[in-house]
Order: sequence, then C-alpha cells, then structure tokens
Amino acid sequence: MIRVVLPYHLRNLARVEGEAQLEVASPVTVRAVLDALETRYPVLRGTIRHHDTLKRRPFIRFFACKEDLSLESPDTPLPEAVVNGAEPFLVIGAMAGG
Amino acid sequence: MSKVRVLVGTKKGAFILTADGKRQNWEVSGPHFGGWEMYHLKGSPVDPNRIYASQTSGWFGQIIQRSDDGGQTWEAPGGGMTTTPEGMPKVESNKFVYEGEVGTHKWYDGTQHPWEFKRVWHLEPSLTDPDTAYAGVEDAGIFKTTDGGKTWQELSGLRNAKGHLWQPGAGGMVVHTIILDPKNANRIYIAISAAGAFRTDDGGKTWRPINRGLKSQYELPDPAAEVGHCVHRITMHPSRPDVLFMQKHWDVMRTDNAGEQWSEVSGNLPSDFGFPIDVHAHEPETIYVVPITSDSLHYPPDGKLRVYRSKTGGNDWEALTKGLPQKDCYVNVLRDAMCVDSLEPCGVYFGTTGGQVYGSADSGNSWNPIVRDLPAVLSVEVQTLL
Repeated sequence: MIRVVLPYHLRNLARVEGEAQLEVASPVTVRAVLDALETRYPVLRGTIRHHDTLKRRPFIRFFACKEDLSLESPDTPLPEAVVNGAEPFLVIGAMAGG
Repeated sequence: MSKVRVLVGTKKGAFILTADGKRQNWEVSGPHFGGWEMYHLKGSPVDPNRIYASQTSGWFGQIIQRSDDGGQTWEAPGGGMTTTPEGMPKVESNKFVYEGEVGTHKWYDGTQHPWEFKRVWHLEPSLTDPDTAYAGVEDAGIFKTTDGGKTWQELSGLRNAKGHLWQPGAGGMVVHTIILDPKNANRIYIAISAAGAFRTDDGGKTWRPINRGLKSQYELPDPAAEVGHCVHRITMHPSRPDVLFMQKHWDVMRTDNAGEQWSEVSGNLPSDFGFPIDVHAHEPETIYVVPITSDSLHYPPDGKLRVYRSKTGGNDWEALTKGLPQKDCYVNVLRDAMCVDSLEPCGVYFGTTGGQVYGSADSGNSWNPIVRDLPAVLSVEVQTLL
C-alpha cells in the first residue's frame, strides 16, 4: 500500500482525511502513483500535473525519504521505503508567497 | 416572501449573504472554499438552486464547483471519489483545453505567443437550461458546458476574430464578460480586456469585433483599430438586448445597435476610468458606474467612494454618496463586483478590494455595508428569489 500525503487544500478538495492509501502495481513510479491517485480521486486531475501534458504544475513538489524528487523523471522507480509503505510519498505546495 | 441571495467571490474564499425582501438584516455564510481564489459564482436563471463557481489557485489550478441546493453543499461535477479503478468516470470538469491548434497571440515584445490556459474569470449560466453554462477564461477564450459542468468545450471561433493581434494588458488577456441575448439564442456578446468587444450571431461558431466608435488614443495609435481596446465591462437590460453600456479602460460608452457603433456618454463624471457598470432592473436607461481616479491610481477620486447614476442612459450623472465613505477611502471596485436585484425598489450591490460589500435597497439613493471585513472582493452576483 502506497501512502500519499497531500497538501491541505487538496485533502479538502478530495475529501481525504489523513493520508491517501493506494494500491499501485509495480514498478512504483511518480507517474504510477499519480495515475492511481487521480483514478481514485478524479477531482485531483489537473491540480498536481497539467491535464494535457501531465507535467508537474510549477508550484508543486514531490518529496520522499527526505529527498526532493520533483526534477526526477516521472518514470524513475520510487524508493523501496515508499513501495513497502514505511515512508509516505509527499505532494507539497511549494513556498511561493511573499 | 421574496428573498435575495448575494454570491460573493473573494481572494480567499466565497461568501453567501442572504436577506428577505426588505434587505435590512443579513445572514453571512462562509468562507466556502477558504483559502482559494473564488473568481466568480453565478446561479442559473432557470433553477436558482443551481450555482456554478470558479475556484482557482496559483498552486493547484482550476476547479469548477457546482451547487444544486443554493450554495449549502458543493461538488466538483462528477469529481467525487471512485470505488474501483474500473468504475473510474471520465471526469473532465476542471479540464479547459483549447480546441485544435493552440494558436498564438501578440506578446509584450511584439512576437507571437501561444495561448496558455490560466483560470476561469466568469461563468454565465444559460437563460433556458440549467445544465448549460459558458465560461470566460484567461488566456482569452470561451468554453461551454451542456452537462452541468462535467465537461467543457471551447468555442474556438472566437480566437479567429483577429486573435493573433490580441495582446495581454497588465491584468492579463481575459474573457471577463459574457452576455446572452434573451431574444436571440444565437447572439452572445463577450468582452476581452485589451482586445475589445465581440459578438456572435450563430451560437458561438463565428465571432467578429464590435468596436467601432471606441477611442483608445493613449493605448492604440490607430484611431480606427478594430481590436486592442481595453473593454472593462459591458452590460445590457434584458428588455432591450440591442442597447449595451460599456465601461472602457477610459470612457463610458453606449451602443443602440448591438455594437455596430458606440458613442461616448461619460458626460459630467469626475473620471471616466472605472471597472463595473450595470443597469437598473426596471429602468433600462438608468445605469451605474464607480469612477476610479485613473489608470495609474486605482482608487476613487479624492478618497470618496461614490457610485454615479445616470437616469438618462449616460451623459448626465449624479453622485450617490449616502452611506458610503466620503473621506480616506482608497479601495477599488472590480469589473464583476457590481450587480442589481429585481425587487421593487431595485437593489444595487457592489464589493470592494477592501473587503466591504455595500447594498442599496432603494436604487442607490442610500447604502449600507452588508459586510466590512472580507478578503478582497472579486465578484458580486445577486439572485432574487421569489
């Protein structure tokens, strides 16, 4: 089971309490996790990555195991600790205020 | 017993203000969608409990919300949690993708720049079908839903109306005004900041500029420019769909022939710069504007918040000040933040960037703040519930 931590506004939007928990087939990648997340919570489509290009939105970051994975290829396998559920995959609203 | 419901979009959420027909005692509900920019909320004229809302964020993009119970509960149409992957609905309620070739418009440096969807500024529900609505978006385009907001399709013919010459202003390049002709279902008027006014007579397939008579000598060197005029707002009385009133960047204008020719009616206004303009519900020649000092000074002249009313369709204006701050007031009133109800006497409402929503239950003769301390107000719409 993959654990996904969403930012406050996306938790409200998707009506998720706490972490989202998803079954994701191997290989577990950022793309596979987001596909599963958007399948389970369709309202999140377009909020994390663009509808048409599926590119990450500019002020969204992906963290896991104390690493920033935002600039990695979406097809890079995620760390084993995320795959086995020991660590969550974090979707972060980047600091972009003033 | 009649009732009014005022839908307020702000920089940090939506608020719903309700009162009975006397419009003296108000209940405030909200924030709905706290923390999100709520550009516009508008109810269906056919089914007042059906309300569409544009919810946006610089982080998370565009969401369309819909209420079927007058704003008590909301959902992104079709966007709820699915139980199984196999049961996944094809949810596209937040998806605004330009049709066909994306195309380009003029950029600040004179080069061509591709259209990029940013947000929905204005929602205009159909006059006849609660499942049909139009969305005016940035970068300038118009989209239509016929399934209650689940899917949106662009009416891409608009971008063929010299779209390659449109250029964003400081506020972006936006379809911010959509007016549906109540007597001709195929006619729609729209306005685009820094491009002008446009009209379709075939239900949105083809569009043409309707800017003859507009003068923008400080912004456009060509006095006969067909596009490029910075139209801030257009309004119409439903009994006379060929008569339109316009607040342009500078100048208040009117047309009596559906936009074929405009003439200036700024008259004795202290400034003819401003954003909103609206028409009295029962007097088609009575119009309201809120003058702003200038394009460089987006606040009222002399720190006095004054609505100006003309009962003669323009040119001859009177200041309405009773109940409005007459010193040290430096708020703005944005283009979608003024509206009228259809009670007798007509109610007039507007919201400010300082978070006040003012209401008048006597056609503007006197005003009271309904709320004083909301986030900056982006839009105000009112529903008259009988």
